[in-house]
Amino acid sequence: MKNRLKVLRAERDWNQSDLADALGISRQSVNAIETGRYDPSLPLAFRIAALFKMPVEAIFEDA
Amino acid sequence: MSKSTSPAIRRYLKRLLGFMSIYLVLIFVVGYLFRNHPPVGLLAWPLAVVPALPIIGVIWTIFRLLREETDEYMRTLFIRQALFATGFCLTIMTTWEFLQNYEVVSNDRHGFGATFIWFIGLGLGAVVNCRDTMRVES
Repeated sequence: MKNRLKVLRAERDWNQSDLADALGISRQSVNAIETGRYDPSLPLAFRIAALFKMPVEAIFEDA
Repeated sequence: MSKSTSPAIRRYLKRLLGFMSIYLVLIFVVGYLFRNHPPVGLLAWPLAVVPALPIIGVIWTIFRLLREETDEYMRTLFIRQALFATGFCLTIMTTWEFLQNYEVVSNDRHGFGATFIWFIGLGLGAVVNCRDTMRVES
């Protein structure tokens, strides 16, 4: 699954640790999601969407 | 301990240290008793099993980590590590068993046992996870 996490994070001038802290997850998790090595669960995807105030499908798309 | 270490991992490390410390004491005490004052009859059974208890505690500790870790990606890595260890252990033990079945190796040879092999597999699983994580970050 592709995602726009890295772009959205960069637009807000956040590093991976900032995003990880905001989501309550590890920096490794953020990295794995950004690089497409790990697809987050539905609850985590909704938490990410809520943080960026966007719908889930605007962040994640089926590759 | 680093700030990035999750509370679940901190609890895991504390429990692991506790059980391994107990194990080290018990293995020497029970070993001493069996060498110098061998228990007889029914007493020998529970006494011989006592050193296994902290090892069971370590296994419990590992599975508590899988339950308590709230970071889903890290939990996935730990689960993969445990599955790797299980596969590694079953592979070694099955191979060893057939070597024994066909009497290529002696049946009375004392080995380290399945748990020891499983822990080696856990270590190898950590290396595999580490390699994959580094590949992600490169």
